[in-house]
Amino acid sequence: MNYEVVIGLEVHVELATASKIFCGCTTAFGGEPNTHCCPVCTGMPGTLPVLNKMAVEYTIAAGLATNCNITRNCQFDRKNYFYPDLPKAYQVSQLYLPICTDGHIEIDVDGVKKTINIREIHMEEDAGKLIHDPWADATLVDYNRCGVPLIEIVSQPDMRSAKEVLTYLQELKSRLEYLGVSDCKMQEGSMRADVNVSVNPVGAKEFGTRTEMKNMNSFKAIARAIEFESKRQMELLDEGKRVVQQTRRWDDNKGVSLAMRSKENAQDYRYFPEPDLTPICISQEWIDRILSQQPELPEQKRLRYISEYSLPQYDTNIITTYKALADLFEETVALTAMPKEVSNWIMGDLMKALNDSEKQPEDIDFSAKNLAKLIKLVDKGAINRNIAKKVFLEIFEKNIDPEQYVQEHGLQMVNDTSEVKAVIETILANNPQSVADFKSGKEKAFGFLVGQAMRELRGKADPALVNQLLKDLLK
Amino acid sequence: MNRLMDLSSLQLAQKLHNKEIGVVEATKEMLNAIEHSKALNIAITVCEKEALAQAEKVQKRIDKGEIASPLAGVPMAIKDNICTKGINTTCGSKMLYNFKPPYNATAANKLEQADTILCAKMNMDEFAMGSTTETSYFGQVKNPWNIEYVPGGSSGGSAAAVAARSAFFTLGSDTGGSIRQPCSFCGVTGIKPTYGRVSRYGLIAYGSSLDQIGPIARTAEDVAAVLDIIAGYDKADSTSLNQSAGGYLAALKGDVKGLKIGIPKEYFTTGLDEEVKQSVLSAAKELESMGAILEEFSLPMTEYAIPAYYIIASAEASSNLSRYDGIKYGYRPEKSEDLLDLYLKARSEGFGREVKRRIMLGAFALSSGYYDAYYKKALQTKALIKKAFDDAFNKYDIILSPTAPTAALKLGESLDDPLKMYLGDIYTVSVNLAGLPALAAPCGFTKSGLPIGMQFIGKPLSENVLLNTAFAYQQKTNFHTMAPKEAVK
Repeated sequence: MNYEVVIGLEVHVELATASKIFCGCTTAFGGEPNTHCCPVCTGMPGTLPVLNKMAVEYTIAAGLATNCNITRNCQFDRKNYFYPDLPKAYQVSQLYLPICTDGHIEIDVDGVKKTINIREIHMEEDAGKLIHDPWADATLVDYNRCGVPLIEIVSQPDMRSAKEVLTYLQELKSRLEYLGVSDCKMQEGSMRADVNVSVNPVGAKEFGTRTEMKNMNSFKAIARAIEFESKRQMELLDEGKRVVQQTRRWDDNKGVSLAMRSKENAQDYRYFPEPDLTPICISQEWIDRILSQQPELPEQKRLRYISEYSLPQYDTNIITTYKALADLFEETVALTAMPKEVSNWIMGDLMKALNDSEKQPEDIDFSAKNLAKLIKLVDKGAINRNIAKKVFLEIFEKNIDPEQYVQEHGLQMVNDTSEVKAVIETILANNPQSVADFKSGKEKAFGFLVGQAMRELRGKADPALVNQLLKDLLK
Repeated sequence: MNRLMDLSSLQLAQKLHNKEIGVVEATKEMLNAIEHSKALNIAITVCEKEALAQAEKVQKRIDKGEIASPLAGVPMAIKDNICTKGINTTCGSKMLYNFKPPYNATAANKLEQADTILCAKMNMDEFAMGSTTETSYFGQVKNPWNIEYVPGGSSGGSAAAVAARSAFFTLGSDTGGSIRQPCSFCGVTGIKPTYGRVSRYGLIAYGSSLDQIGPIARTAEDVAAVLDIIAGYDKADSTSLNQSAGGYLAALKGDVKGLKIGIPKEYFTTGLDEEVKQSVLSAAKELESMGAILEEFSLPMTEYAIPAYYIIASAEASSNLSRYDGIKYGYRPEKSEDLLDLYLKARSEGFGREVKRRIMLGAFALSSGYYDAYYKKALQTKALIKKAFDDAFNKYDIILSPTAPTAALKLGESLDDPLKMYLGDIYTVSVNLAGLPALAAPCGFTKSGLPIGMQFIGKPLSENVLLNTAFAYQQKTNFHTMAPKEAVK
């Protein structure tokens, strides 16, 4: 039978506020266990939460950037459950009146546009972390993460393939990065997703029974998990069996999903409005101010790059998808006024360097200033392109100053015709066989001689000049 | 007769500031008085060392002419559910028998900054759940007027201490009557302020939307002076009111001419003890003779207050008390098989019966499928009760009622009949549901010599009106000056 895969996502994103959502403790990643804590975030008896206004502001910004309605009077609710990493035994979250509702974003998969609807975005606090100490055979608790502000972006089950899911995630990620509301570092857990998957026969009126895989924190794992889980469900249906509604854990090493708990054992969270916080009243003025401060988002940038810089659609899409690339592009263009050249460096050498080193664009840590200097060196004819590619790698790896580097390593282009001519003459004299081969029509010999000359010149000559002089001398 | 302990807080303060008495001397007197009244079991922790050290510091400041507040140098005690840094704060529970908070509650901090001297942490019903102070893990508190009777609760230790002349003033907390009812049973004066008037930061939560800290003392003036210190906005408590507070003592004029007093019919019907009824009505007459205008009226929704209160308070409590899991602080069972076993043992062994009863009641009311029928309905009822009061306050400045249907009950009488105990809260719980201020003050005695209390309920933030009415009444009467024989040494 032919099946349709239906996927919905709950994406948890850590907000980039300096302090926690209900107290003044730092949100910095890492730190010695239990050093980023106070009586409030460790849930000491008698303490009370005070809402971080910045967390609300960031969430409103995220809601506006995903076309949500902002709930003008929203509130927090308590989600009650026992676990040692949750010191109050309830998580302050939003169930009844989430801050953002009914949004949507458009994604583009292989040129086909599609709208993914967002049911809601709500705010909540993160929990701590349990660490098992095998030596003492004890479990220890680190409360540093407790109270770090999170938003949960809940989509409708609008996605039909892993590719759509990844495109949606990437689109969310880039909007949030542009807004500066989160650094969205998946490896540090500041962006993670719960993936809901179901399958139904094509044309069926109702969705199939879904399963949920929690806390997925890499694009690759998400894609693999969707493939595996949808296939597992299809096989069950083909065998005439039922899919059981349950939470499953994705084991990325083994490449399988495993049952964790079924709906029958689902916890009753006994949600009720958090009495320690008053409702949040969001004024139109506040929303307007956040809107007016909103930076240019990827879709606006795309249009501008094409009209202002005449970049190709493909390059534009890639560069604008990653805030780090767009920032680098714009800063370098500002310094060089050579958008096409900058785009070529990014799409070519930079993408290759990222691939080779298995890094993400957000890991880029060289300055636009150095890339601009490199481009100018090439433009002036101070170095040739081959040398420039090598210098670029130095910039990519060590953020060196290319002007200084070229100086120190004597990499300037040799423009002295007589010097180049003398070298070529020597090469010709030392390689009579190749000269003879060339003259008898073997074009390959010409390349060999160019190579010899460039080697002798340590790559610093203008290849066009070498070609020209060699041709002249071989006549 | 112990003359010093008979002084009111303000009288003592005057003597301290005039240097007729030393702060250390006064502090020792109070510590001794607590020791002497040990049979009443009013205190859980006595912090003698800290109190004497603080007394010395404050004396030095007074000597230098630095008087931080009208009550500077006055020794006092705080209910044991209000956090005091480094000093055991047990909530009257085995669960927190050894809990030393790493911080001060805002109210405790303000009292410290006002240079009052903390001498003891007072006994209470476990986690403030009870109306008799019999549910404390540290033993029941006895009524100083007759030790066979309960002092009321849950702030039983705080009220009994003031009545017994073992404290000049104390702090209590009131979720459904826990300041007012023991004040009534012990013949002392106390106020539950408007919800949000006193910061709840550091008050170990029972029912978060209802809890308020308030002072207990022997006179309306003392209560006003303490409220002047502890009231006010606190940015650490999002539910505290950002409106100017204070000036309560200064506002006591003793004049009630033209004050419109409403008397709710529903509060004077079946279930109300005849002696209590007569005392409260004669207090009303007394106020009328002073120029107040009395009018009987009907206050609807009264019958729904108790069920709504017990659902909301228990629901919030079930969540608030979930953090006591034997892991981070407090009671931890010696051995446990696994995490679940640890939870089960800690909570089965650490909590008493009444607390467990309310946690179960609250968890049930919040559970999936029942939320709308119980919790949500209770919230709607709460809104209607508030509206009924709003309507009444369009006509009246204050509402006068009994504080409790009876005078103090015998020890043990209500322990096995929780419903009877819950019904005793009939006149007090509506006030918490509506978030209003209410004051309890003595207005007579039963034939058997137990105090009777009345209650003034006011509009939001009308503490000054309530205190002034009580002050006026106390200018003309002497019920508040009576001391129990047991305590007079």
